[in-house]
Amino acid sequence: MTKDHKNEPILQLDNIVKSFDGKEVLKKIDLHVNKGDFIAVVGKSGCGKSTLLRIIAGLEEISSGSLLVDGTELKGRNQLAKMMFQDGRLLPWKKVSDNVGLGLKSEEKKQIPTILKQVGLAERANVWPAVLSGGQKQRVALARALIHDPELLLLDEPLGALDALTRMEMHELIEDLWKEKQFTAILVTHDVEEAVALANRVILIEEGEIVMDLPVHLPYPRQRDNPLFSSLVSQILNRIMGKKRKVEANLTTLAKTSTSASVRRA
Amino acid sequence: MKFKRLLPWIVPIVLLGSWQLFSSIGWISNRVLPNPIDIFTAAVELTKSGQLVADVWISTQRAFWGFVVGGGIGFLLGLANGLSKTAESLLDSSIQMIRNIPHLALIPIVILWFGIEEEAKLFLVALGTFFPIYLNTFHGIRSVDKSLIEMANVYGLKGLSLFLEVIFPAALPSILVGVRFALGITWVTLIVAETIASNSGIGYMAMNAREFMQLDVVVLSIILYALLGKLSDITAKLVEKRFLKWHPTYQK
Repeated sequence: MTKDHKNEPILQLDNIVKSFDGKEVLKKIDLHVNKGDFIAVVGKSGCGKSTLLRIIAGLEEISSGSLLVDGTELKGRNQLAKMMFQDGRLLPWKKVSDNVGLGLKSEEKKQIPTILKQVGLAERANVWPAVLSGGQKQRVALARALIHDPELLLLDEPLGALDALTRMEMHELIEDLWKEKQFTAILVTHDVEEAVALANRVILIEEGEIVMDLPVHLPYPRQRDNPLFSSLVSQILNRIMGKKRKVEANLTTLAKTSTSASVRRA
Repeated sequence: MKFKRLLPWIVPIVLLGSWQLFSSIGWISNRVLPNPIDIFTAAVELTKSGQLVADVWISTQRAFWGFVVGGGIGFLLGLANGLSKTAESLLDSSIQMIRNIPHLALIPIVILWFGIEEEAKLFLVALGTFFPIYLNTFHGIRSVDKSLIEMANVYGLKGLSLFLEVIFPAALPSILVGVRFALGITWVTLIVAETIASNSGIGYMAMNAREFMQLDVVVLSIILYALLGKLSDITAKLVEKRFLKWHPTYQK
């Protein structure tokens, strides 16, 4: 992460409050994100982490507070950001390459083969999304976001539905592309290990508030058997679970994902 | 493998064979039901005289234009009401009200208005096909996955391109269900309309033959309706296959 524009903020969230029907989902969120950062937002389901991401994307309006994108107040959609959704949201009636080219002008579409190659799907440009595996679908969704060369990539639990091995492949891919293209990434996830594996800053949200903001100074690519890695994971997990459980806590995240073991690489 | 492909044909062939057999040995009276060979002969003769082709052609034209007019209006109104809440509150409840009138119940008044001319058939077929296409277009557009529209917004689609690339293709499976349903109604309407009020077409051919006790021609007309109905259903299926190639149902 050695970058000249380090410490320049791309996002400044101050005193953000969001309520739905009188219920406060986010209470007073302060968060400044620097250019080139990889932020992971973790928390239990319903804690408001997805809402936070949707606010940053401009898909939800804030109830109060201020949200600056690159120094200016955000109105409507966040033009710097592209989002990758949990369920992929590919258009089933468009071939893979047309999904990637969604919303592009014809000269911009020349980039499609290149970007598909980068996500390892060059061979699948001409198939319907229905025949792709879950991991391949998310690769297409990633390509569709990255072809716009966004300054900010928002990832809303994009790997939640994938099996453990596919997920690790996707981690590698996202990490490589982040290093290469130097965008800012915000990843919402419930998988603490995923957060520590990818992010240089992990934020924990509980009941609409940021309760933990933890820098991760491990070198990339991160070794999961590194004791520092495990201790960070268990530190966050312990905070989430609210009790002093030791290293065995991170075993739960490992165990729950090892059902399917097929490696699909296109 | 070959046997499997023959399987669906066994029952019809056995039925047809026994029908011919029982007619020949006199178990089924020709005055009740003419035998298959007689019906076939009648078809050949009517084809030679040109009457069969003329009647089938006029009926097909009626079905086609009635379908185009009624389906077209239904599609446009379905689009309007599906896309705009204002149009929906203005029009939908009135359309739903009219929908409760069985369109065939209008035959007496249609005869009074149009006599037994082409307009009468066109009107009835159009009215019959309007509702299934209207309802399915409306429903199809309303049930487009909101998350896809949101995604398309994030990727810069709005207005016409949002409609053409997301909303319309998403509604298409439902619209095509409406089309198939409407094609069925087209032929039912036409059978009734041509039987009651017409001086040409397959229905007229049947009623005319009834006057002269030409039972074979009557049965032939029924078979013709069945074939034409089946033919339009096959066409609709082909259209579905062509336009819903992406759909998991049509993936090989």
